[in-house]
Amino acid sequence: MKYADEFRDPRAARALLDKIADVTAAIGATAENPKRIMEICGGHTHAIFRYGLDKLVPEGLDFIHGPGCPVCVLPMARVDECVELAEDPRVIFTTFGDAMRVPGSRKSLLQAKADGADIRMVYSPLDALEIARRNPEREVVFFGLGFETTTPSTALSIQAAAAEGLENFSVFCNHITVPPPIKALLDDPYMRLDGFVGPGHVSMVIGIHPYDFIARDYGKPIVVAGFEPLDLLQSVLMVLEQIRDGRAEVENQYARVVPEHGNPVSLAAMADVYEPRPSFEWRGLGEIDASGLRIRPAYAAYDAEVKFGVGYGAARRNVPEPEGCACGAVMTGRIKPVACPQFGRGCTPEMPLGALMVSSEGACAAYYQYGGARAEAV
Amino acid sequence: MCLGIPGQIVAVTDAARMMAMAEVSGVRRAVNVACIAQGPLEDLVGHWALIHVGFAMAVIDEDEAAKTLEALRGLGEAQETLEAMAAGDAALEGQI
Repeated sequence: MKYADEFRDPRAARALLDKIADVTAAIGATAENPKRIMEICGGHTHAIFRYGLDKLVPEGLDFIHGPGCPVCVLPMARVDECVELAEDPRVIFTTFGDAMRVPGSRKSLLQAKADGADIRMVYSPLDALEIARRNPEREVVFFGLGFETTTPSTALSIQAAAAEGLENFSVFCNHITVPPPIKALLDDPYMRLDGFVGPGHVSMVIGIHPYDFIARDYGKPIVVAGFEPLDLLQSVLMVLEQIRDGRAEVENQYARVVPEHGNPVSLAAMADVYEPRPSFEWRGLGEIDASGLRIRPAYAAYDAEVKFGVGYGAARRNVPEPEGCACGAVMTGRIKPVACPQFGRGCTPEMPLGALMVSSEGACAAYYQYGGARAEAV
Repeated sequence: MCLGIPGQIVAVTDAARMMAMAEVSGVRRAVNVACIAQGPLEDLVGHWALIHVGFAMAVIDEDEAAKTLEALRGLGEAQETLEAMAAGDAALEGQI
């Protein structure tokens, strides 16, 4: 119970852990035959490691770390296309800082910047819009990256640029959506999942009904969760109780922030600006149907793929993963990060080889940062 | 990048562009409030919101804001966001 003392309310944490232990025992889950619960969101992965939740819960519970870290699932070919755009002398390339160190096959954006490309780290696409206003002679490209939590921000920025007639602003769209990879994982015959902890802030935008198929078509429980450690424990307990009771439902533990039907303004902006691509490549998971978004033709003037002829797939496709990198197997829960031959050797947060080591939300970076004795115990 | 941070709306700065000033952990930052506006923007002043890459995405109460901020601090995410905001300000000036 070492870590439980760090909780804001240690007594509440212990009570939840006791209940989790009771239900885990009641459903007969053991170390040899554990229940496998996937936390979809990278923020949850980070919190699980930070608070050692994986070690506080009984051995009969196994956390499988989901694909919910947009930096981690970004294919190398797309990083190469970013570098290509950034190296265009007309371009000021703007990006969230998280994307700077993702390895490309030639170089990362950080290396491209060191080599002289005009790459600026911004906090918000609003910053990119402002840079475009202040630099009318340059082309400002914003690297649109992320799940449904960030997608509304770029949609609203594109609408703002269109309303202002800001012609030197465009978005290199790499937005992806949460439900399709979950379906792909559930369809994977090698994957065995017993339930899900659903993302909190993504659900704040899309609501809880996009997950209905998980319960209805696959018979698995999912509980949308907040980010506090107590939220996570409560949500894990709710998943286990569904399993115990033979229920498969979409439950909302984070109703104080997540409305059932999401945020209407965000959803309207996303629908106005974006449409699904037929398919999109995910690092480690391959091409997944309708899992990525592209800018609708009505906003083609703000689409960097159109403006600079990059397209999707115009660059070299299927760039192989670096030698010995096992990000794909980790991403699909087949192996734990420490089982990768490069973990902590050829691949560290300072010098990442694979994408899962880049972001604090990546499973490998979380293992590395909080691992220590835990990593040895796996 | 995927987690919002709580901020308090302190003033409306550009109603036409749906922009307001928010205070996030003592740092002031212009944010877009289109996603939480349900009436006159002035009504938002004093309220807390979850702010995600410069966009207020949900109105939350003060207690929730405090708890969320504490959780984000525990993860190092609060500091990371504040640094990203500072980097964004510097990028506007072409400094980095």
